[in-house]
Amino acid sequence: MTEELHDVRLDVNGTAYDVRVPARRLLSDALRHDLGLTGTHVGCEHGVCGSCTVLLDGAPVRACLVLAVSVSGQRVTTVEGLTRPDGSLGPVQQAFAECHGLQCGFCTPGFLTTITAGLRDNPAPTHDEAREMVAGNLCRCTGYQNIVRAVERAAELAATEGRP
Amino acid sequence: MTTKLMGQGVQRVEDQRFLRGHGRYVDDVAVDPATLHAAVLRSPHAHARILDVDVDAVLDLEGVHLVWTHEDLAGLSAPMADPLPLLIPHPTLTHGRTQHALAAGEVNYAGEAVAFVVADDRYVAEDALDRIRVTYDVLPPVVGIEAARAADRLVHDDVPGNVAARMVQETGDAPAAIAAAPHRLALDLTVERSASTPLEGRGTVARWDPDVGRLTVWTSTQSSTGVRAAVAVKLGLDLGQVDVITPDVGGGFGVKINHPWPEELLVPLAARALGRTVKFTEDRREHFVSSAHERGQVHHVEVGFDDDGRLLGLDVEFWHDHGAYIPYGLIVPIITSTQLLGPYKPAVYRVAFESLYTNTVMVTPYRGAGRPQGCFVMERTMDAIARYLGKDRAEVRAANFIQPDEFPFDQGLVFQDGRELEYDSGDYPASLEKIKTLIGWDDFPTFRKAMAEQGRRVGIGLACYVEGTGVGPYEGAHVHVETTGKVKVATGLTTQGQGHATVFAQLVADELGVRFEDVEVVTGDTRRMPYAVGTFASRAAVMSGSAIHLAATRTREKVLRIAAEALEADEQDLEIVDGVVSVKGSPGTSLDLGTIAVLSNPLRYAFDEASKAATQFSVGDPGRPPVPEDDEPGLEGRDFYSPERATFASGMHAVIVETDPDAAEVRILKYAVVHDCGRLINPMIVEGQIHGGVAQGVAGALYERMVYDEAGQLQNASFMDFLMPYATEIPDGIDIDHLETPSPLNPLGIKGAGEAGVIPSAAVFAAAIEDAERIPITAMPISPSELFHLRQEHTR
Ligand code: FES
Ligand code: FES
Repeated sequence: MTEELHDVRLDVNGTAYDVRVPARRLLSDALRHDLGLTGTHVGCEHGVCGSCTVLLDGAPVRACLVLAVSVSGQRVTTVEGLTRPDGSLGPVQQAFAECHGLQCGFCTPGFLTTITAGLRDNPAPTHDEAREMVAGNLCRCTGYQNIVRAVERAAELAATEGRP
Repeated sequence: MTTKLMGQGVQRVEDQRFLRGHGRYVDDVAVDPATLHAAVLRSPHAHARILDVDVDAVLDLEGVHLVWTHEDLAGLSAPMADPLPLLIPHPTLTHGRTQHALAAGEVNYAGEAVAFVVADDRYVAEDALDRIRVTYDVLPPVVGIEAARAADRLVHDDVPGNVAARMVQETGDAPAAIAAAPHRLALDLTVERSASTPLEGRGTVARWDPDVGRLTVWTSTQSSTGVRAAVAVKLGLDLGQVDVITPDVGGGFGVKINHPWPEELLVPLAARALGRTVKFTEDRREHFVSSAHERGQVHHVEVGFDDDGRLLGLDVEFWHDHGAYIPYGLIVPIITSTQLLGPYKPAVYRVAFESLYTNTVMVTPYRGAGRPQGCFVMERTMDAIARYLGKDRAEVRAANFIQPDEFPFDQGLVFQDGRELEYDSGDYPASLEKIKTLIGWDDFPTFRKAMAEQGRRVGIGLACYVEGTGVGPYEGAHVHVETTGKVKVATGLTTQGQGHATVFAQLVADELGVRFEDVEVVTGDTRRMPYAVGTFASRAAVMSGSAIHLAATRTREKVLRIAAEALEADEQDLEIVDGVVSVKGSPGTSLDLGTIAVLSNPLRYAFDEASKAATQFSVGDPGRPPVPEDDEPGLEGRDFYSPERATFASGMHAVIVETDPDAAEVRILKYAVVHDCGRLINPMIVEGQIHGGVAQGVAGALYERMVYDEAGQLQNASFMDFLMPYATEIPDGIDIDHLETPSPLNPLGIKGAGEAGVIPSAAVFAAAIEDAERIPITAMPISPSELFHLRQEHTR
């Protein structure tokens, strides 16, 4: 039994990658194993934990629930794409460092992408909105206190810089 | 003098790679198309004999490289056919049974490994699993403590009564003391199963290098050295042929302390057999059904006390469900049996437990490790006494505290490490004052009244614990100053997100007088430090922290000795600031650490400008050999720390909850923690540990449980059904206050902090819900529907 393969062009963090994958290849696996972009993590593979969250044309999606062949023509942003071209941290990343918003770091990429999209939609969240913004992602280590603080701090940082 | 970093909330160095997506977890290693992927066929039955395994249909599948069952293992390496090791034997563990790497004729839990496949990728490996035909003779399973105790059926034919161990400890005649006491109570208390559930599951990668006959294994473990030893023995290799590297680990919380997992042996075995890199990455369902759980215990308490609530006799009997096998021994029930005493000193204590086999996933310690159950038992007992006497719950506790001038305090029992249960230091009355202030204990009646007027029902709870942390036997450290002046530090225990790279660098920077940025810490790599135990029981800071401090002290001594010779000064007159050694008061006379590192190694080769500069000095007496007899080349220090006994952290939690009169939902209004882990290395990190612990505690008290049906099938083996809290389920804000009673047992005065947050949660929530509802709460976790039914029972 040989599996049929499909040629797909993936646009990830501004770079185009040509890959040949079976139709059933998950986007999360394609990013990690075919492109070597291991920042996107897989914690459950059933859409609940949020560790695999990437941005598809700016909107957060669970990469473990998307097939790689289906995102052809869309812009994918992974955690690797949140660092600025000069190598410095983006505001959400910076806020996580300042607020101790991570421990083992496994859930972190999913939080960073989720919050990046969240702050684009709502650049000045209230405290409750900040909690709400991260309420779809699981973290087993931090107890979330510092993650919520990091959302608020990221909003501040983005505001002073004039961009999220 | 540079400012001391000990005690400062230094930002974590490891965060930089995590935040950029550059963390290296096991599944991020060997990401290339040449790597092969493993998958495991797992038993669908909780209890069955295996009549036949037919793998014929597998090998013609394109992309499959091997398929193994138990029958294949002996031919590859004889010890592979034996059961896995019983890691921690104990004389009372009379009937220890462990599983095989692949089931040998019988399966004892749904999820047990039956066959192993390696293929081009995981998708194909899973396709292959579908083609394996296993014929089972299904047997009736034993599920839950009641069924195990009834023993109508046995998990293992040769283990009578399903009892692996029965253990009793006592400090006198507790039943007699209880009988003679003015007041007596009896309680039955239950805690259900939960699990560590780190977001990263288990994973192992192995690579065999035939040219040098060496095996390299990357694995997501809490004990690299343990895995190394197990792999060497089982694969018939010398220890020196096996390197185990634990890269970044996405959480452990106890489950990753077990070793070896079947996959930790099968993956290296396959890598050697195939001459290819092989990887196994567990999926979430596999983690639920084939790693480990904890917490399931049923307890019976008898207690006798006086009019003040002072414990005159305490007698506890409990039953521990350790699942189908017992590779990690009796650690969890031993901890419950000893640590339930908490900060109190009953006049006489007797405890007995049985550790029971059931046809369910086995048990390893889960954050807190038996202490949440022990704390639940003791604190429920305290609350029951207070209710019986009509006294304030805090007052009854205070009446039983060990007093500050009574340390060291010997409880007269043997602890998990085989040493006396002797508390080193603490100040429990001071903690109680702090927690009462923090939660507003004395003002609560007024608050309750105000809420009642609005038709709202609130309750307050308090729970105290003591945690034996930093158990031995030892940890070691190696500190090496490079000729660039950078300092490389290695310790053998592993890291699962506790910020070790940061706190250990703080200690080295302080002791060696170097810049924090110049220190790089490596953990869990047996190539760098082959002697180590592991990261569990809140031991990393105490054990490796102390070892690193000692190794840095040794390095410092050598730095000063060499510098004194080179600068022709007295060691006493030297100081090290920011990596530069100078004579106090004459800043012109100085040497940097890199230069001293060159001087420490009498090679007269000038590789670079620094070594050129250094070789200008003549070191030592020309009449003596370049490396004197009592010396070694290189600017390094190595040392080990091995404590007499554990150090005892302590603390108290309090919570105010509101229970919904209709929906019986529990809302957390306020959560407070007072915490004493001795001297703090990095308060930011300690608070992070508390936050995480409280979240896991809330989870264990209100949400998480392993739901088995009668057939032994885990009904909620996914994140959809096993309710782990999101941000919305966790208190918005946790009030924390610290107390620092330094430990006299180690050079830094520290105690462990990793598990504290989770220990008193079940107890404190039970107390608060009971206070709100005026219904005895005797089983945790408690869901809204359970609370609803309890209400109905009690109004009947
Ligand atoms: S891995 Fe995709 S949501 Fe958990
Ligand atoms: S930091 Fe470990 S899971 Fe969130």
